[in-house]
Amino acid sequence: MKFSHAILEKNVILLAIATLITVSIGGLVQLVPLYTLESTIEDIEGVRPYTPLELMGRNIYVREGCYVCHSQMIRPFRDEAERYGHYSLAAESKYDHPFQWGSKRTGPDLARVGGKYSNDWHVAHLIDPRSVVPESIMPPYAFLARKPLKANDVVAHMQTLRTAGVPYTDEQLAAARQDLLSQANPDAGDADALLARYPKAVIGDFDGHPDRVTELDAVVAYLQMLGTLVDFTSYKPELDYR
Amino acid sequence: MSAVAAAAGATAVPVQYDEETIKKFAIATVFWGVVGFLVGVVIAWQLAFPLLNLDLEWTTFGRLRPVHTSAVIFAFGGNALFATSLYVVQRTSRAPLFGGRAMGSFLFWGYQAVIVMAAVGYVFGISQGKEYAEPEWYVDLWLTIVWVAYLVAFVGTLMRRQEPHIYVANWFYLAFIVTIAMLHIVNNLAIPVSVFGTKSYIVWAGVQDALTQWWYGHNAVGFFLTAGFLGMMYYFIPKQAERPVYSYRLSIVHFWTLIFLYIWAGPHHLHYTALPDWAQTLGMIFSVMLWMPSWGGMINGVMTLSGAWDKLRTDPVLRFLVVSVAFYGMSTFEGPLMSIKAVNALSHFTDWTIGHVHSGALGWVAFISFGAMYYLFPKLWKRERLYSLRLVTYHFWISTIGIVLYITAMWISGIMQGLMWRAFDQLGYLQYSFIETVEAMHPYYVIRAIGGVLFLLGSLIMVYNLIRTVRGDIRTEAAFARPIGALGAAE
Repeated sequence: MKFSHAILEKNVILLAIATLITVSIGGLVQLVPLYTLESTIEDIEGVRPYTPLELMGRNIYVREGCYVCHSQMIRPFRDEAERYGHYSLAAESKYDHPFQWGSKRTGPDLARVGGKYSNDWHVAHLIDPRSVVPESIMPPYAFLARKPLKANDVVAHMQTLRTAGVPYTDEQLAAARQDLLSQANPDAGDADALLARYPKAVIGDFDGHPDRVTELDAVVAYLQMLGTLVDFTSYKPELDYR
Repeated sequence: MSAVAAAAGATAVPVQYDEETIKKFAIATVFWGVVGFLVGVVIAWQLAFPLLNLDLEWTTFGRLRPVHTSAVIFAFGGNALFATSLYVVQRTSRAPLFGGRAMGSFLFWGYQAVIVMAAVGYVFGISQGKEYAEPEWYVDLWLTIVWVAYLVAFVGTLMRRQEPHIYVANWFYLAFIVTIAMLHIVNNLAIPVSVFGTKSYIVWAGVQDALTQWWYGHNAVGFFLTAGFLGMMYYFIPKQAERPVYSYRLSIVHFWTLIFLYIWAGPHHLHYTALPDWAQTLGMIFSVMLWMPSWGGMINGVMTLSGAWDKLRTDPVLRFLVVSVAFYGMSTFEGPLMSIKAVNALSHFTDWTIGHVHSGALGWVAFISFGAMYYLFPKLWKRERLYSLRLVTYHFWISTIGIVLYITAMWISGIMQGLMWRAFDQLGYLQYSFIETVEAMHPYYVIRAIGGVLFLLGSLIMVYNLIRTVRGDIRTEAAFARPIGALGAAE
């Protein structure tokens, strides 16, 4: 039987089904292996779920649309290695719901901004970017310093992420609210317990007000851990070529 | 063509088209267009002068940028697609809208609710942080309901058709509706933290989320901003030019190759990232191949003017339609170029991408929508013609100059910044700090914002022209017998 396009042109349902099949193929070929191939994400030590305070900070980062101007994805080029550090690994964002790689660098990449500047610098910069970088075109985020962090439901956030596949332990969930306070106030909390649960967490009274936890505290805690979890002195890239 | 239609209409029982719904969608198209362009102009000036962020939480660039993108893509573009698709499917099927007035009203108000909920959410900091898919779970759910109703209305109308064949414009509209449903559902699968709260977490993570997002994001371009608007091209250009589509065979090839290839192109947004190389390479190859069906479609649209080229001189509405296809051709050449990894290494993360998007969005999507609105308003309100063709001409030239300023500024700033980032001095150190490259952007950001102001100004001229048209006014004007260059001397 000779195929005639008229068959499709005369039957809406056939046309719709043929269209759906045609547009499905590309997505299936590209997306399905990405979830099934083990080589998609490197097997590497150090990457851990976010601490409760970092998680709340990350949510503010998402809420404010920081990703529209800042990427979190260092490409394997000489200039990017010089400017930002080791290229980003897939493993480093494996607990990111959603990913925040970004698509535009109106501002610099932030994938490894953790530890590059002091807490005080970040606080001053977020409140008034032009006080520390006169040529900056970033909006001021002074309101973050005024807003107390709403974190009563932090356990629910972590439970939701656990459902989505982030391996938070029962212990981490039970201690979540204590951990959040411990990270934002070095004098009041149990830093050792926090670090045992979340290695390399940056503990500090970020915004200079130990008596309260603000949104600014959370954002700075998040920024200060970005890109710091993997120890690249022991990383062997040739084992991970994909 | 119109004589044939009139003859057919005279013998058959006249079909009661639902034009009230189309009118509402057409008005919404124009309204949201102006809103979207205005917000775009505001955020363009913010990048040139950061004081305009006003030090308020609701007016930062980060919160307003999704308002701009959603307003122009989903509000302006979306309403234009609803208006034209529901108009075209009824006319080319000679059948009334499936579901009648109730369906029309539900689609209209349901879709406006999506827009308002999304935009208000962004301003108050409700965003799931995925580009062009920022609305949170409850808006996504509502949109899914509206979209299924849209599919039912569209397919239902086609099934009632009195024509044996489904017209080519409807293939493209159908592919747009079906594919957007698929993309929207998969990309937005999320788990709410609480059913009483706005926050949710997307089920995908990291590298998989990245590819899912750009599979969605690139095909929002491919199906929302391309396939749907190609449907517009295949109806309004032949109508306005009063010529048949150039090649029926080309439109079949165009349709199937375009929808097959587009869906593979997403990974070109992730070149040199932590996405596996095989996926990046696939994305690049299919993006380059995509050039061919894109230009096939462009040729089919432009060549429809065969034998009627002179109308470009005298009919500014047709000029909008045809120049939009020319911009489409330019953008779909630039896109494959930028998807080549070596080029992308320079262009990615810079303003070049922004310029590319706007040559497509302003030149193609907006221009063909303007053309379609200029066609539809007199038809829907049963007016003899537009209030003023001369104002259409002013709109056309002011907007075109605006686009040229916009995209040339972004080419220069994008390529310049990309080169500055990778420049090394003689000692092997980076030549420029990041902030020096930001400083260098300033003049181009000002030029871009001026381009945006011109584009907004053009759209306001359209609003005035359309309001006068709806009121039934007609401006007495000399016909456009002379080339546009002689316009000043015409009166």
